[in-house]
Amino acid sequence: MFFLVDFNVIKPDPGLIFWTALIFLLVWGFLGRTAFRPIQNALKKREEDIQHALDEAKRAREEVAGLKADNEKLLAEAREERSKILKEAKEVKDAIIKEAKEKAKEEAQKIVVNATQEIENQRMAAVTDLKNQAGLMALEIAEKLIRKELSGDSANEAFVKTLVNEIKLN
Amino acid sequence: MNFRYALIFTASLFISAFSLQAQDHGSSHDQDHSALSHEEHGDHEGSCCGQEEHSTEYDPVSTVMHHIADANEFHIWKDVHMPLPCILYAPGQGWSFFMSSKFHHGTLALDGYVLNHGRVNRVADPSFPKGEQHIDGVCHEARMVLDAKGAETEKDFYFVCLDGKPYQLDPPSTLDGGVLGGGLTSFYDFSITKNVFAMILASILLILVFSAVRKGYARNEGKAPSGIQSFFEPFFLFVKDEVTLPMIGEKHYERFQPFIMTLFFFILFCNLLGLIPFFPGSANITGNLGVTLTLAVFAFIITNINGNKDYWEHIFWMPGIPAWVKFILTPIEILSVFIKPFALMIRLFANISAGHIIILSLIGLIFVFGQNGENIGGVFAGGIVGGLFTAFMNLIELLVAFLQAFIFAILTASYIGAAVEEHHHEEAHH
Repeated sequence: MFFLVDFNVIKPDPGLIFWTALIFLLVWGFLGRTAFRPIQNALKKREEDIQHALDEAKRAREEVAGLKADNEKLLAEAREERSKILKEAKEVKDAIIKEAKEKAKEEAQKIVVNATQEIENQRMAAVTDLKNQAGLMALEIAEKLIRKELSGDSANEAFVKTLVNEIKLN
Repeated sequence: MNFRYALIFTASLFISAFSLQAQDHGSSHDQDHSALSHEEHGDHEGSCCGQEEHSTEYDPVSTVMHHIADANEFHIWKDVHMPLPCILYAPGQGWSFFMSSKFHHGTLALDGYVLNHGRVNRVADPSFPKGEQHIDGVCHEARMVLDAKGAETEKDFYFVCLDGKPYQLDPPSTLDGGVLGGGLTSFYDFSITKNVFAMILASILLILVFSAVRKGYARNEGKAPSGIQSFFEPFFLFVKDEVTLPMIGEKHYERFQPFIMTLFFFILFCNLLGLIPFFPGSANITGNLGVTLTLAVFAFIITNINGNKDYWEHIFWMPGIPAWVKFILTPIEILSVFIKPFALMIRLFANISAGHIIILSLIGLIFVFGQNGENIGGVFAGGIVGGLFTAFMNLIELLVAFLQAFIFAILTASYIGAAVEEHHHEEAHH
């Protein structure tokens, strides 16, 4: 026979089966409820937390990268704006200078014209005055001369009388 | 790195422990097994009584068999045994409860129960006096009997001797129906045996360990694991990532996680406890067919009560194949439903039992080479050879302890996975 001696372990003992079943069920029930299920949940939660943290980090990184790009854009825009403003300012400045120059020129011209006119007027006034003075002086001289001439000579008197008459006609 | 040190430490522990066990064998078991090793061929029943049976010969086979067998008392050291509660039931006599220490190591009979080589036996003969009886001893006889097939085979019979008169002893009932040499006898043994005791110990250890691990998760929520929690987390994740998740699938695995975890760790702890060569270890728990049978039946029940429509369809009427093939396939599929847990049962039992047998045989080399104490040189030779081989075997057994727990768990998970899997068939080839 194969089993020379009592090979007990191959004979299923009902008592052992009963106790194994009972102990296994108790361990399963107890550990399943108090340990394996909670541990499993804890592990799952931690896994999710880690995944969440990683996702968060990735998103933050992306956000930072986005911010950087935005900053760059803003900076570029600002630079552009600055140059635009500068350009405009220069244009305005040029325009103002040009206008001022023109205005000054115009004003100067005007002043010059006015001055010329004034000078002319003054000169004319002076000339007129001079003419008048010269006329008066000539008249005086002529009067004195004539008075002296006329006091002695009636012929001259008659001549002057004709001359005066002539002037009256003018 | 730490793990390697732990391994080396464990190995050295085993070696030293086995040398202790070897001494133990030498002092007590050659007496213990003298009766067992002796075969008497008497003409009439129980003629072994009164005969002087003091063979000093060492019988390695019966020693090994005795050590891997279940027992009603836990042998600790020399003549020190840990008493275990006996819970016995005999139809007609009712229940009996007492501690195994009341047998006084087999010198007393209690209500017809006798301790025979560590196991409770019963005298079925109603003429045997009840109550406490001082017995002369237990003797053994091998006789030729007709087995179930009608062939003559040799069978062991044990007799208790009371006042010079022999009474035949019945071993406890077993559920093999006589196929494996057992069968129903005059009583049932529901005692807390050595195996049950060790199993309870393993369960308490499991509960303590995992309660501590659980506390770790509660304490370190949102933090890195620490202490015993970080030691068990890799096991946990391993079972999840390598066993349940790939075998059962994303959708269902969480439901079966506690069952597979319990299976894995229960088997693992029982295996490891069985590897410790001294009290309270050394019990051949998962190397007992009753234990693996129970575990396999659990796997069978869990698999089949969770079987969905597809699973049963694939067993009874496999879709997508010609009808005549189905008539061949269906019986095979139905058989496979039972063969799968049967294989689980045999695999674990055979692996663990074999490991225990090999280690005990190697230790037995000391007595074989030493010619039972007569050859001191042989004892040393056996001690060195046996010791080295035992150290090596223990390392392998350590691997096997993990491997078998893993295999049992992964196969159960794969059967459950097959039962809950949803198939999507193309009906094109119909």
